[in-house]
Amino acid sequence: MVGRWLAVLATIGITLPALAEGPQRVVSMNLCTDQLAMMLAAPGQLVSVSRHALDPSMSAMADEARALPANSGSAEEIFLLRPDLVLVGSFTDPVTLAMLARLGVPVEVFPAEETIEGIRANMRRMGKALGREAEAGTAIAAFDAELARLDDAPATARPRAALYAANGYSSGSQSLAGQVVALAGFDNIVDEMGFGAGGQLALENLLLSRPDLLVEGRRYPGHSRAEEPLDHPALRALTRSVPSVRMNDTDWVCGTPRILRAVSQLRDARLALTGSQ
Amino acid sequence: MTRPRYSVLLAGLGLLVGLLFVASLLTGPAGLRLGPSIAALFGGGDEMMGLVMREIRLPRAILGLAVGAALGVSGAALQGFLRNPLAEPGLIGTSASAALGAVVAIHTGLAAAFPPALPLAALTGALVSVALVLVLAGPRAATLSLILSGIAISALAGAATSLALNLSPNPFAANEIVFWMMGSLADRSMLHVWIALPVMALGLALLLPTAGALDALTLGEDAGASMGVDLGRLRLLLVGGTAALVGGATAVAGSIGFVGLVAPHVLRRAVGSRPSRLLPASALGGAAMVLGADIAVRLIMPDRDLKLGVLTALVGAPFFLHLIVKTRGDTP
Amino acid sequence: MSRLTLSGLTCRLAGRTVVDAVDLTLQPGEFVGLIGPNGAGKTTLLRAALGLLPFTGHSSIAALPVRARARAAAFMPQGREIAWPLTVEDLVALGRVAHPDAIAGAERAATERAIAALRLDRLRHRPATSLSGGEQARALLARALAQETPLLVTDEPAAGLDPAAQIEVMELFRDLAAEGRTILSSLHDLGSAARHCSRLILLERGRIVADGPPETVLTPANLARSFGVTAHVERGPQGLIFQILGRTSG
Repeated sequence: MVGRWLAVLATIGITLPALAEGPQRVVSMNLCTDQLAMMLAAPGQLVSVSRHALDPSMSAMADEARALPANSGSAEEIFLLRPDLVLVGSFTDPVTLAMLARLGVPVEVFPAEETIEGIRANMRRMGKALGREAEAGTAIAAFDAELARLDDAPATARPRAALYAANGYSSGSQSLAGQVVALAGFDNIVDEMGFGAGGQLALENLLLSRPDLLVEGRRYPGHSRAEEPLDHPALRALTRSVPSVRMNDTDWVCGTPRILRAVSQLRDARLALTGSQ
Repeated sequence: MTRPRYSVLLAGLGLLVGLLFVASLLTGPAGLRLGPSIAALFGGGDEMMGLVMREIRLPRAILGLAVGAALGVSGAALQGFLRNPLAEPGLIGTSASAALGAVVAIHTGLAAAFPPALPLAALTGALVSVALVLVLAGPRAATLSLILSGIAISALAGAATSLALNLSPNPFAANEIVFWMMGSLADRSMLHVWIALPVMALGLALLLPTAGALDALTLGEDAGASMGVDLGRLRLLLVGGTAALVGGATAVAGSIGFVGLVAPHVLRRAVGSRPSRLLPASALGGAAMVLGADIAVRLIMPDRDLKLGVLTALVGAPFFLHLIVKTRGDTP
Repeated sequence: MSRLTLSGLTCRLAGRTVVDAVDLTLQPGEFVGLIGPNGAGKTTLLRAALGLLPFTGHSSIAALPVRARARAAAFMPQGREIAWPLTVEDLVALGRVAHPDAIAGAERAATERAIAALRLDRLRHRPATSLSGGEQARALLARALAQETPLLVTDEPAAGLDPAAQIEVMELFRDLAAEGRTILSSLHDLGSAARHCSRLILLERGRIVADGPPETVLTPANLARSFGVTAHVERGPQGLIFQILGRTSG
């Protein structure tokens, strides 16, 4: 009789903590959710990440990702991993998502982060989804502390930056890249032209807007005509008198705390500019 | 009596081209006023404005003129040689083959290592296609053979270009096919001018001496040969000249169609239908056409890169259909 | 000083011998009619002699470099191609491309002479492609004439012309021959050839079977064998009268 009670208590004692730990087999299908999950998950909780996470040119956590099996995002592959939670971004193939729903797999969708608050929101959401609210809270606090340290730019007389990437694309303040630039203490020249989130900036207009800093898009291997404006002699002439910084995709492409590295890089550029003036 | 009219025609066309050249210099997304622009062009005034005028607007205007002239004169020469008003570099697949040559040179890294390799590779592609068309369509190229050969060569070259672009490690390369098939002068630099101009000049130097022979060829190959036309030499000059002109133009501007069709056709009556006179006139007419189209794309869509080939096709394709209907009545 | 010498000229096309070992010499002042049944090889012979076709043997014209050929012989082909609507005046002037070194004055004079000879003055500003067949033939002939070469070779020059115009062309050739030029013409109309030519060459299956004054060539035997016809041949006051009477039986 006592033996039976002891067995029941022991069972409750083992399962209760297990229930409190959240999903045990988490699969991530999106580069950004990969990185957030790797930052916040308990050891062994994350079972697979997308193959983009292993690409050092895109992922800031490629080394950590190497320890985990990679998936290519097909519903069949995901299902065979027997996940109890799948993490996706808002641009993940809706056909795949519908398939997973039909198979009864729980899915958590993380919208792309466009703002700093969006990054915090996703970190909280990730913490809740993984049952790691405490870790998320710690991470957010550290993020905010670092952010406060970096956010020391004056509100007026800010230097002006221009972002310029392949196809002449320039991001405005309503994009994540634009937010990074603003945080680092720069005004964005395309805000003066009413661009919003971003758009194609003619090279002529870039030159005549006389920016104080040029933030260039990353270069991909091989050659493409889309990237030719970045090599245009007129732009190279501009960079002889104006400093230029290259965007390192791993820090910029996802809304993770790593974004602060990009902010720090640009802040250093601002200090160099204003220091020399 | 027609002689004074010809020089008046050339002068008029020259003036038109000159005006369009200046207009091209003054057109762009940054609204610059006439006075400061011209001053900036010659070094005075603002440094940034000077950069815009000398490094962005000037190469674009020069290339508009050169590419238009190249396409116009090669169209006139092809028509004179094949005795067919439907012959032109785009339709017989030369532009598509030149584009293939250019894409191969760029995406194998050859052009990065040795810049003149770009127009030379385009020239090679063009050369192969012109020679192929002459072999496929035969001496007195009947319209049907000509168009069919052109379709076949264009399709093959286009597919190969698309394949080459898809094999590139660069994520933007696959979309580049639109530039190669429709052409554009956006964001060209003086570097492009320096590599393309010599090749196009070579082509012109090879084609202009064929003027008299093309006149004689009006009466057929037998009569022409009996009038002193060296058919073998003519063929070589024509193939080489056309390949150089189209190769140089396509290497930097992509494939711009219908210029070599429309310019000679519009001007043929004005020069009394003489092939020799049509060559310089078509060069000027083609230059005016491309400069005009390039100005129009910048006025219609100032911030986007509307492809030149879209405008030339909108004008040229109905033209082409009209010509087909017209010549259908003439073929036996 | 012959205008054209052919020796052993042989042409093979698609495995067939179209012209078979032809020997021929033309002198200044001759108006030579090349006659023969269809498929005899007349056009091929003319083209080969001018170097427009590959052949074995020797041709004095074809042996010259291309530019020199154009100053030695002018050719009016059978196919009356006119690719572009040139004015008649410009078309006739094409005959002068063979003389690019000549001064402008000489160019115009030669063109004017040719236009006058073929009575094209009325048509000079019309587009050549809008003319009737006969008028086009005259314009093309004028072009060959404008080339002002010692030898003039024409392939069926009178085809499509009405009777008066035909006679006009033949008389023109005879007058040119009298001035010292040499005319070699492939002719279909035996009567016309008989009346105006100083010499006839009868070609059959690629071989010359008769060569000489019209009376010696247009014998009943030759007419029967080569053309399968009988004819009445008589010397009249203005030249030979030739009238086909009927077909030979069998």
